[in-house]
Amino acid sequence: MTMNSNLSSSESAKKAAEVERLSQKKDVRNRWLLSLPALAIIFFAAAGPLLIVILYSFLTPGDYTGVIWTFTTETWISVVLERDFFDETLGWADAHLSIFWRSIRLSLITTILTAIFGIPTAYFIATRSPKSRNIWLFLITIPFWSNLLVRTYAIQELIRNKGVINNFLQWIGLTNEPIEMMFTDFAVGFGMTYVYLPLMVLPVYASIEKLDFKLVEGAYDLYASRWQCLRRIIVPLVRPGLIAGSILVFIPCLGAYVTPQILGGGNQLMFGNLIALQFGQGKNWPLGAALSLTLMVIVMIALVYFVKVSSGENKKNG
Amino acid sequence: MKIKLISSVVATTLAFSSSALFAAGELNIFNWGNYTPPDLIEKFEKQFDIKVTLTDYDSNDTALAKVAAGGHGFDIAVPSNSYVPIWIEKGLLLNTRVDQMPNAKNILPQFRDVSWDPGRQYSAPWQWGSTGVSVNVKYYKGDINTSTIFLDPPEELIGQINVVPEMMDVMSMAIWYHGGEICSDDKAMLKKVNDTLVAAKPKWKSMSYGNLSKFASEDIYAGVNWNGASFRARIQNENVHYGHPKEGYPLWQDAVVVLAEAKNVENAKIFQNFIMEPENAAMMSAFARYANGIIGSEPYMPADMLTAPEIVVAPELAAKGKFLETCAPEVNKIYTKIWTNLMK
Repeated sequence: MTMNSNLSSSESAKKAAEVERLSQKKDVRNRWLLSLPALAIIFFAAAGPLLIVILYSFLTPGDYTGVIWTFTTETWISVVLERDFFDETLGWADAHLSIFWRSIRLSLITTILTAIFGIPTAYFIATRSPKSRNIWLFLITIPFWSNLLVRTYAIQELIRNKGVINNFLQWIGLTNEPIEMMFTDFAVGFGMTYVYLPLMVLPVYASIEKLDFKLVEGAYDLYASRWQCLRRIIVPLVRPGLIAGSILVFIPCLGAYVTPQILGGGNQLMFGNLIALQFGQGKNWPLGAALSLTLMVIVMIALVYFVKVSSGENKKNG
Repeated sequence: MKIKLISSVVATTLAFSSSALFAAGELNIFNWGNYTPPDLIEKFEKQFDIKVTLTDYDSNDTALAKVAAGGHGFDIAVPSNSYVPIWIEKGLLLNTRVDQMPNAKNILPQFRDVSWDPGRQYSAPWQWGSTGVSVNVKYYKGDINTSTIFLDPPEELIGQINVVPEMMDVMSMAIWYHGGEICSDDKAMLKKVNDTLVAAKPKWKSMSYGNLSKFASEDIYAGVNWNGASFRARIQNENVHYGHPKEGYPLWQDAVVVLAEAKNVENAKIFQNFIMEPENAAMMSAFARYANGIIGSEPYMPADMLTAPEIVVAPELAAKGKFLETCAPEVNKIYTKIWTNLMK
C-alpha cells in the first residue's frame, strides 16, 4: 500500500476501506474455492457411500452374496426382533442385543480404564519443564508409528502361555503353571486400554497444561484437603479435556474390530465383528448395512450426550 | 484351502522376485494365506517371464464377497469345491476348458469329473484334504478319531480348544455327529445340532484361524483343524496328532479358477496348466502339506508325506469323509442363524 501514502488522509481511509471490503469479498470467495476439494471429498466419500448403505439396508439379500433390488423393511425389523427358528415365537433378537450391550460395556470399561491410567500420566507430563514435556509427549505418540495389527500381535506375544510374561514369572519362580491370559476378557481390556490410552492422555494433557496452579495453592491456603482440592478445583478445570478424551476413546471403541478379534479369540463377537459376519459367512448384506447404521445411531446418541454434558459444564463454569 | 493367517485384515501383497520387475507379463493371484509356495511362484516367474502378485484371504466368504463386488484386479482365485458352483452361477468365472489343457491328463481319475465342476471345465485341482480334529496327545490319551473332542470335550481338554470359525465345516461335523444329512432342513435334527453347539461353546477357548503356531506352542491343546495344518504343527511339535472323526468329517478340494474379469487370461491359463505338472503339484504339497490331485507327483514329494497319518487314512475312517456340497440359499440362511446365535 505504498502508493496510498501520497493521497490525503481521508481519501486514503476511504480507499483503504474499499480495498479492505473487496479483498475481504475476494478472501471469502477464495476460501470457498480452497475448501471446495475438501467439501467435494466429504460429499462423495462420506455422503455418497452412506446413501448407498442406507439404500442397501432396505433391499433383499441375494442368494449367496450381494443384494436383490426388491424393497423390504424386514431387515430393519430383524435388527431387534427375531422369529425363533425352532418354535416360531417372535422375540427380541437376543444375539444382536447381547452383542450391542457387550460392545457398549467394553467401550465404557475401556474409557474408564484409559481415564484411570491417562489422567496421572497427563498430570505428570504437564508438570514437567516445558522442554522435557515435548519429549514425554513425543514418547506418547510412538505407538502410532507401527500398525495396530502388529501391536496387537505383539501383545499376544507378551501374554500367551509361553509368552514373555509367563516365561519371566516361571523363570523367577513366582508361578509354576502359566497364567491363562490370552483369549480372556482381561486380554481384550488390556489391549483396548493400551491402544486407546494416547487418545485420552493428549486432550487431558492439553487442559491440565492450561491449569493455573495458583488456584490449587489458593485452595490449600483456604484449608482445602488434598481430596477436596482434587475434586473441587482440578477435576472441574480439566473436565473439558476429560470429556474430549472420553469421546475420542468411547466412539472408536464401539466399532473396534481387530483387537477383540485377535485378543478375545473370536468367540465373543463385538459389534464390528457382527457387521463383518453379515458380509461374509452370514451372506446378508442388507442386515450388515442396517447394523452399521444402528452403530452410527448409537455413536450419535453418545456424541450428543457428551456434548450436552460438556456444554452444561461450560455454563456452570461460565 | 486352509492354513490361514488373519490375512484378510492385513491384505498382504507380496511380490516375489525382483528380476520380475521387467517381466513380459503379469498375473494376479488371490489365494488363501500361507498356502502358496514361494518357490513354486519363483519357478513360474522364471519359466514364463511373468510377474506374479499374490494376495491373501482367510475364508471362502471373504474371497467371494470381494470378487463379487468387482474391481479387484485379480486373475486367479482358489475357492473350495463347495463354493465353486456359486462362483459359476454368479458368472464370476471364465470357462478355460481345463479338461482340454495338455496337463489335464495328469488329474487323478476321481477328480476328472466332479460334482462341483462337471467335466472339469473351469477349475484345475490345487490341493485337497479333510477337516478333522487336532489333539495334543500329551494332554489327552483317549480316542481322537471322534467329534466329541470338540462337541462334548473330555475333562482334560475343556477350555483349551480352538474351533475354526468356518461355518459349513463345523455345522456339517455337528450334523453328522447327530446322524443327519448336510444341507438338510430337518428341524428336529437341527435343534439337536444347535443345542449341542451352544452347550459345547463355553468349553472352547477360541474361534480363530491361523492356529499352526498355537498348536505347536501348546497354547491350545485341541480343536477343529485341517489335516495339512495339523501335519505342519506336528513337524514343530510331535504331540499334535490328527483325528478323522468316525461320525463323519468334511472333505474339500480347492480349485484354481480364472475370473471373468481377468486382464491376463492367457497367463492365468498357463498357470492352471503349470500346476497340473506332477513336479509342481508336489511343490504345493511339500509346502502346505496337503495331498494334490495329480498323478505321478509322489516321487517329487518329501518322504514323510507318503506315510503321514494326516494324509494316509485307514480305509474304514477314509469312508467317513465326504465332500461338502453347496446348500440351497434357504438352508444356508437357517445355518447362518444357528451360527450367529452360536457366535454371539
